[in-house]
Amino acid sequence: MANTFKLEVVTPQRRLLSLEVEEMKAPGQEGEFGVLAGHTPFLTVLKPGEIVYKSGAETGVLAVSRGYAEVLPEKTTVLVDYALPESEIDADKAKADAQAAEDALKAMTQEDPAYQMTLDRLEYANARLRVKEGLKG
Amino acid sequence: MASLKDIKRRIKSVKNTRQITKAMKMVSAAKLKRAQDEIVAARPYAEKMLDLIASLASKASSDSHPLLENRGGNRVGLLIFTSDRGLCGSFNSQILRNAERFLRERGPVEASVYTIGKRGGEYFKRRGLKIINSKNMGSGRPQYGSAAEIASDIIGAYMRNELDEVHIIFSEFKSALTQRPVVQKLLPISAPEKDEKAAEEGDYLYEPAEGGVLAALLPKYVEVQAFRALLETSASEHGARMTSMDSASKNAGQMISGLTLVYNRLRQAAITKELMEIIGGAEALK
Repeated sequence: MANTFKLEVVTPQRRLLSLEVEEMKAPGQEGEFGVLAGHTPFLTVLKPGEIVYKSGAETGVLAVSRGYAEVLPEKTTVLVDYALPESEIDADKAKADAQAAEDALKAMTQEDPAYQMTLDRLEYANARLRVKEGLKG
Repeated sequence: MASLKDIKRRIKSVKNTRQITKAMKMVSAAKLKRAQDEIVAARPYAEKMLDLIASLASKASSDSHPLLENRGGNRVGLLIFTSDRGLCGSFNSQILRNAERFLRERGPVEASVYTIGKRGGEYFKRRGLKIINSKNMGSGRPQYGSAAEIASDIIGAYMRNELDEVHIIFSEFKSALTQRPVVQKLLPISAPEKDEKAAEEGDYLYEPAEGGVLAALLPKYVEVQAFRALLETSASEHGARMTSMDSASKNAGQMISGLTLVYNRLRQAAITKELMEIIGGAEALK
């Protein structure tokens, strides 16, 4: 059996990634998880964070927002609202987003229906910053 | 009888009109291409989402989540997608006519509408139906964020028990030449037909538990549907505008050639008349 599997990352706007990879890591709602080829079928909710994948000698990182991952033995599909590879991240915009979300959070209580959404926005912005800076350093 | 000058002026004005309609056609053609690409790009996500919903909803019972529950009331919400601008043939009136027919066929219901697109908004304001909200399509490409807003408004109204049923009316993009208005039931969500493939793939491990995933996934489904409607409507609008502007340009061309014919004939008649007068004058001098 091949030791690679297909990783697809799709957002409503486009198919961001479709690639044979050996390994990937994703931020699950209940903790980060890793996938190798031949994983048990698995469906989970993702929280905003980074997806790391390894394909040959190459390692890629994507910043993703909230979404879902469907893991099958030979294919993993990630459905997220927004996702960006390192090259497309605008650090200034991410910083501004993080700041705006933080300010909005201060004015809200935890019961506010928009609270979770704003928190997600903050985390997605932070994830983008981490991806951008992680690869630079 | 129109004078030469009048006809010349008409020709000029029709020519101007033709220029505009031609330009609009070009713009729509370019926008249509982009809108089509967007529909294609959005498809993998929407299909995957449908797969997931199908495999989850077939396992869950209909009362496990309020969005699946059939309340059987008669407060019907309509989510209607139209364009902001006119000049696209019967595009908007077809959608609105479909909405009217739907309401007529449903019989006495307590209907309220949520319109996207200025045209629909203005129409229903005059009709005096209860309006939940009106939004414009806005210029530029449809954003997922606006679909998410629409979805959360609709889900909110449904959860607060203000609506028992929600239908979505938009124009499905078949090709540049054909757009078909469709009416679809959005809420409560009925489990789509489960296909063989999903059944075979069988059981997943769920994290968090099945119910949790379902609760997170169902609102997403509504968003995806709204986004799809936005994209399809926008592509259809450009398609409709392109065809109607194309025929407008053709009609203008026909009108110009007709007018030019009349113009030339009149001019010829005037020259002949003048010649006759000169000849007549010369004869008289002999």
